Amino acid sequence: MRRVSWFNLTSLTFGFAFLYLPMVVLVVYSFNSNKLVTVWAGFSTKWYGELFRNEAFLDAAWVTLRVALLSSTMATVLGTMAAYVLVRGGKFFGRTLFSGTLYAPLVMPDVILGLSLLLLFISIGLDRGMVTIVLAHTTFAMSYVAVVVSSRLVSFDRALEEAALDLGCTPLDAFRSVTLPIIAPAVISGWLLGFTLSLDDLVIASFTSGPSSTTLPIKIFSAVRLGVSPEINALSSILIGIVTVGVLTFSISSKRAIMKRMREENRAET
Amino acid sequence: MADKPRKLPQEVFAPWEDPEAKPLIQFRNVTKRFGEFTAIDDLTLDIYEREFFALLGPSGCGKTTMMRMLAGFEAPTEGQILLDGQNIAPVPPNLRPVNMMFQSYALFPHLSIWDNIAFGLKRDKLPKDKIAARVEEMLRLTRLEKFARRKPHQISGGQRQRVALARSLAKAPKLLLLDEPLGALDRKLREDTQFELMDIQEKTGTTFVIVTHDQEEAMTVASRIAVMNHGKIVQVDTPARIYEAPANAYVADFIGDVNLIEGTATRTGEDRCSVRFAEAADPITAECTADLSDGIAVTYAIRPEKILVTADRPADRANALEGQIIDIGYLGNISTYHVELPGGQMIKAAMTNSTRLDRRDFTWDDRVWLSWRETAGVVLTE
Ligand SMILES: Nc1ncnc2c1ncn2[C@@H]1O[C@H](COP(=O)(O)OP(=O)(O)O)[C@@H](O)[C@H]1O
Ligand SMILES: [Mg+2]
Repeated sequence: MRRVSWFNLTSLTFGFAFLYLPMVVLVVYSFNSNKLVTVWAGFSTKWYGELFRNEAFLDAAWVTLRVALLSSTMATVLGTMAAYVLVRGGKFFGRTLFSGTLYAPLVMPDVILGLSLLLLFISIGLDRGMVTIVLAHTTFAMSYVAVVVSSRLVSFDRALEEAALDLGCTPLDAFRSVTLPIIAPAVISGWLLGFTLSLDDLVIASFTSGPSSTTLPIKIFSAVRLGVSPEINALSSILIGIVTVGVLTFSISSKRAIMKRMREENRAET
Repeated sequence: MADKPRKLPQEVFAPWEDPEAKPLIQFRNVTKRFGEFTAIDDLTLDIYEREFFALLGPSGCGKTTMMRMLAGFEAPTEGQILLDGQNIAPVPPNLRPVNMMFQSYALFPHLSIWDNIAFGLKRDKLPKDKIAARVEEMLRLTRLEKFARRKPHQISGGQRQRVALARSLAKAPKLLLLDEPLGALDRKLREDTQFELMDIQEKTGTTFVIVTHDQEEAMTVASRIAVMNHGKIVQVDTPARIYEAPANAYVADFIGDVNLIEGTATRTGEDRCSVRFAEAADPITAECTADLSDGIAVTYAIRPEKILVTADRPADRANALEGQIIDIGYLGNISTYHVELPGGQMIKAAMTNSTRLDRRDFTWDDRVWLSWRETAGVVLTE
């Protein structure tokens, strides 16, 4: 193995420190028994206990989770359909306009998106609540899904669909039994992307949420404005934990799949 | 066509000679345009049941487009395609009794070999045991039993090609379309597979239409060959007649090696004429059709292997010309002599190397006689 030079080691350390030091500090202080966040007074898990007795936080967490699940699922369905039409639909009237508008939410500032959605909901008389957050999140997550899925569809061999038609599939059948299984990784990535975007969105959610439905980011943000509390630290640590476990499982399982495939290919050659 | 069709004995398969026979596929004045570009140009063609029909032509001449129209992925801009006498234009690809083996194989990467072959059968809602039996049969036919559980990326190119064939055969289609099926294979495997294809075709009785740009492949497998150029069919005929009696210089040049000699024809007998191609050389005596007018510009086509190279003038040959060897190409089994005739015309003559290389009779710059029979070459007016 090559030795790691001093320069590389230093940049690695600084890079990681820059990325993770804030989080480490946050996690460490979540176990602080002192009510004053920045003064260490010994190890304790009591804030985690407090957190699970805090109805407001639990409600917000539950809302956030439902919003993320619903909006990412809807966005995945709509975004995949949009991507399919854009890549496969051939020429149709307004195609360029359509693809332009589909990608607009990607570059539009969140504030503007949130504001315009707010105006829309008010003008059609839709009461703000969980429904409006779900709709708003679906709108912008759909664009991300469409981008991810259409980039996969561009490299998808059209002949596979034709072969399915040739063997007796209706177009819908062909999509279900051939196209979808093959582009599934991209669709799942799109779903995950939509899910995480919805989880950590603060700006759009604060425009479109009502008094009855507060999401976790809004809750945390408003709580922090009154002062950082150890409870928030505990909550954030749990979120970090969930994300870490999620990312690790995802990358380990996909690495396993690649290894398995490579082994199979090697065996096929010999 | 250069001469009249001969009556063939009954057992020979030649439905195209039978005016009673009903074609399986009829192209009727089919034109296909992509925007301004005409890919298929007013094409009329009949293909009969149980035929092994080859479409042959240079890249871009419209072969794949014809296949895609038969499979249902493209619709003719003008004209009609009939299958069993029915216009197939309104029938979508999934309802046509036609299966296609794609140029790229198009195997489903997420399914095993077994499931790839079963794919079409499952769409037909056949009972499970029927499907299993049919898949096993196809695996046996294409000698893939051992690979049934593998995925397409775990087998070799030749095996993939056989999977594609098995998959398209599984539904026992009336018509099987093969688009350059052997393009990716090396020579040895290619030849084996050609015979395998012919064997399968004989066993199953399916009508095959095969696209190829390899003329040897077309000659080997086909009952008839259509030579195409720029979206038109130049000649449709049996391999032997395409080779021996090409309709024009394009076909003659496309299939195999040929000498094309340009000259003017003069009638000398009822079905004889002489072709003069140079002041300094004797004219060539040849067979020609009755409607040939005197003084017309013609191309005389003769295959290199029909020409005999000798040191002395042979007595019994209608055509004998003296020339000088300019170049010799040694190909192992044969040698090609490039001989310059008086007046500068170059002629290629191929001779079998029956003796060893070091015992060869002729060498560079030798003066030799080239000779051939009256019937060896053809006079082409196009
Ligand atoms: N979908 C299409 N759009 C435009 N041009 C096409 C299309 N498909 C084929 N062509 C053109 O038609 C001609 C014939 O193509 P093809 O049938 O694929 O030829 P080949 O004989 O090599 O199979 C080519 O010049 C090709 O560029
Ligand atoms: Mg082609």
